[in-house]
Amino acid sequence: MSRKLIDSGNNAAALAARLAGIDVVAAYPITPQTPLTEKLSDWVASGELDAEYVAVESEHSALGVCIGAAAAGARAFTATSANGLLYMSEQLHWAAGARLPLVMCVVNRGVGAPWSVWNDHQDAMSQRDTGWIQLFCRDHQEIVDTVIKAFRLAEAVHIPVMVNYDGYYLSHTYMPFELPEESEARAFVGPYRYEHALDPDHPENLNSVTLPDPRNDSEGNLRGGYMDIRHNLQQELHRSLDVLEEIDAEFNRTFGRGGAPILDAYRTEDAVVVLVAMGSLAHQLRVVTDRLREEGVAVGVMAVQVYRPFPARQLVEALAGRGQVLVFEKGLSYGHQGALFTDLKSVLYAQPERPKIGGFIVGLGGRVIETETLYQQVREALDEGDDVASRWVGVQL
Amino acid sequence: MAYDYEKSIRPGKLPHIWCPGCGHGIIMKGLIRAMDTCELDRTQTAIVSGIGCASRLPGYLDACTLHTAHGRAAAFATGVKMARPDMNVIVVGGDGDGTAIGGNHFIHACRRNIDLTYIVMNNHIYGMTGGQFSPTTPTGAMASTTPYGNPDPTFDISKLAIGAGATFVARTTAYHATQIDKLIAEGIRHKGMAVIEIIDDCPTTYGRRNKFRSVVDMMKRLKDNAVPVAAASKMSPEQLEGKILTGVLFKEERPEYTATYAEVIKKAQGA
Repeated sequence: MSRKLIDSGNNAAALAARLAGIDVVAAYPITPQTPLTEKLSDWVASGELDAEYVAVESEHSALGVCIGAAAAGARAFTATSANGLLYMSEQLHWAAGARLPLVMCVVNRGVGAPWSVWNDHQDAMSQRDTGWIQLFCRDHQEIVDTVIKAFRLAEAVHIPVMVNYDGYYLSHTYMPFELPEESEARAFVGPYRYEHALDPDHPENLNSVTLPDPRNDSEGNLRGGYMDIRHNLQQELHRSLDVLEEIDAEFNRTFGRGGAPILDAYRTEDAVVVLVAMGSLAHQLRVVTDRLREEGVAVGVMAVQVYRPFPARQLVEALAGRGQVLVFEKGLSYGHQGALFTDLKSVLYAQPERPKIGGFIVGLGGRVIETETLYQQVREALDEGDDVASRWVGVQL
Repeated sequence: MAYDYEKSIRPGKLPHIWCPGCGHGIIMKGLIRAMDTCELDRTQTAIVSGIGCASRLPGYLDACTLHTAHGRAAAFATGVKMARPDMNVIVVGGDGDGTAIGGNHFIHACRRNIDLTYIVMNNHIYGMTGGQFSPTTPTGAMASTTPYGNPDPTFDISKLAIGAGATFVARTTAYHATQIDKLIAEGIRHKGMAVIEIIDDCPTTYGRRNKFRSVVDMMKRLKDNAVPVAAASKMSPEQLEGKILTGVLFKEERPEYTATYAEVIKKAQGA
C-alpha cells in the first residue's frame, strides 16, 4: 500500500532515492540541497537504508565517487546545487561520456558570483551541454515519481539523469504526496544491471584514449573513434524520450500517476496563447491561466518536464499551430537570451506557420515572481500581439 | 578607553551573522588589533575568504576584501599576491573550507611559501550548512552527517601546514584573545606562508550535538586544554593526549615565493 505524507521536497527526494534501492551515496553539503543527503546519511547510519554513504571533501569528489561506484556495479546517487554542480562539471561530462547510469538531484539555486542561495535555473542551464538527461519537477509528488523513474531511465539508456527541483520553493516547503510501497517501488525499478560494470573475471579497460578514426580493439573488433562514440550518445539521448514515455506508462499502470512525462498541458486544448515554463513556475502560471480564462482569453500552460534531450517533436506538435507562445524562465545564455526561449525558437523555425513568440526572464537569484506581475506581462504581450525579443521582468535598479 | 574597532568596520555591515557564543567575533577583533599593530594600510591590504561562517569575516572589515568560491581562497589569494607582491594578503577561512574542499590549494600555498597570512578558524564543523562533519571533527563526535559518531580520523591543521612547507605556523584558541593578535601580527610580519590555526567553537551546530551544556563549557574546554609549547616540552605524550598546543609551533627562514619568482624573471630577461 502506498501512503500519504506531508513532508519537505528534500525529504520527498530522499524517500524516493531510498525506495529506488540505492547502493552508494556520495555527497557534500550545499544549501539548499543539504537536508536531502543528510536524511540519507541518517538512514544509512541507523541501518534503515542498506547503502554506503561516502561523506566526501568536495562536490568534485562526490561525483567522482559515484562514477567509481557505478562503474563497479553499484546504483549510485548524489545531489547538489549551484556552484556545487559547477564544481562537478568535469565529472558531469565524464559520467555521460562514460555512459554511467547515475541519478542526481539538483536543487536549483542561483550561481555565484555574487553569492546567492536563492532559486533560479542558471545552475542547470549552465550544465545543459554535458550529455546528461535533465528532468524538471513542479511539486513534491513529481519529485518522488521523477526520481524513481529516473533510475529506470538512466539504467535503460545508460545515460545519467539530473532531476531538477526549485530550491526553497520546493526543497524547503511542505506538501502532501503519495509514497509508493517499498516493495512495489523496488519491483518497478528492478535490480541494478550494468553490463559494462568492472568484473575481475572479465577485465575491461574503460574509457581509454580514442583516436579520431575507428580502430580494432585487442580482440580484433572494429570500435568507434571519438566522433562515433559521441554520435552514439546523441542518438541514445534522442531515443531516451521514447524510453521515458514507456517507463512513465508502466509507472502510470502501477501507481496510477503520470501520463505526461515530457510536456504537461494545462487547459491547452483550445488555447490560442500558450505559456511555457519549467519547474514550479509552470504551476504558478496555472493561476494566471485561470484568471485569463475567466476573462475569456483562450490561454493554457505547457510545462516542459524534459529540457535535455530537448523534446523538439513534442513541442512542435504542441505549439506550432498556436497564435502566441510566451516563455517564462529563470535562466539564460549570457549575452543572448533565455535558454529555453532560444531552443524553442530553433525548433519552430522550420514550421510553415509559427506562433508569435515571446521570452521573459524572471526570478533570478530568488527575485520574487508575483503572480500579478506574470498576469500583467501576459496581458501586455497579448495586447502587443507580436514577438517579444527577450524581456527582463522585475529588474528594480 | 575601549579599543576602537569601529574604525576598521565597514559602515552599515553590522550586526554580523555569527551566533551568540561563536568565537569568530573574538578572532575578528584579534585580526583588527594585529593589523593595527603592524600598521597595515587598509588600501594596501587584501583579505580573501572562501565559503562558510568564517568566510563572512572580510565583508565586515574596511579593507580590500574578496569573497570567493568554496575552498578557493588560497588560490585567489595566490593570484592577488602574484599580481601585487607589494600588498599584504590575508586569508581567513574555516576548517572545512581550508582543509576539505580547499585542501589542495592550502597545501600548495604552504609548499610554495608564498607570503600569505592564512588564519584558519577551526571549529571542527561545517557551521553554515548546518553541522556536517569536517576533516577536523574529532573521531567519535556527532555531526549531522555522522549522527552515530564520526568514524574518520582528523587532520592536525598545524602539522599539515608544517609538513606541506609553511614557514610560520602558530596555534591558539578563541579563549586566548590576547594571544590571537600577537600571533597574527607575527604571521603578518613573517616573510612567507604563515598559518595561524585558531581553535574555535560552534555552540549551535557542534556544541549542542556533543553535550556541551553551554558556551561557557566550550570556552572552558579551550582554556583547560591549551598547553603552551614551552610547557609541553616538559610533558610526556600521555600527558599531552587531547591537549591543544599553543604558541609558535614552527618558524624558519626560507626564500619567499614572489621574491624567488621575481629573481627568475630577472634572470630570464638577462638582467
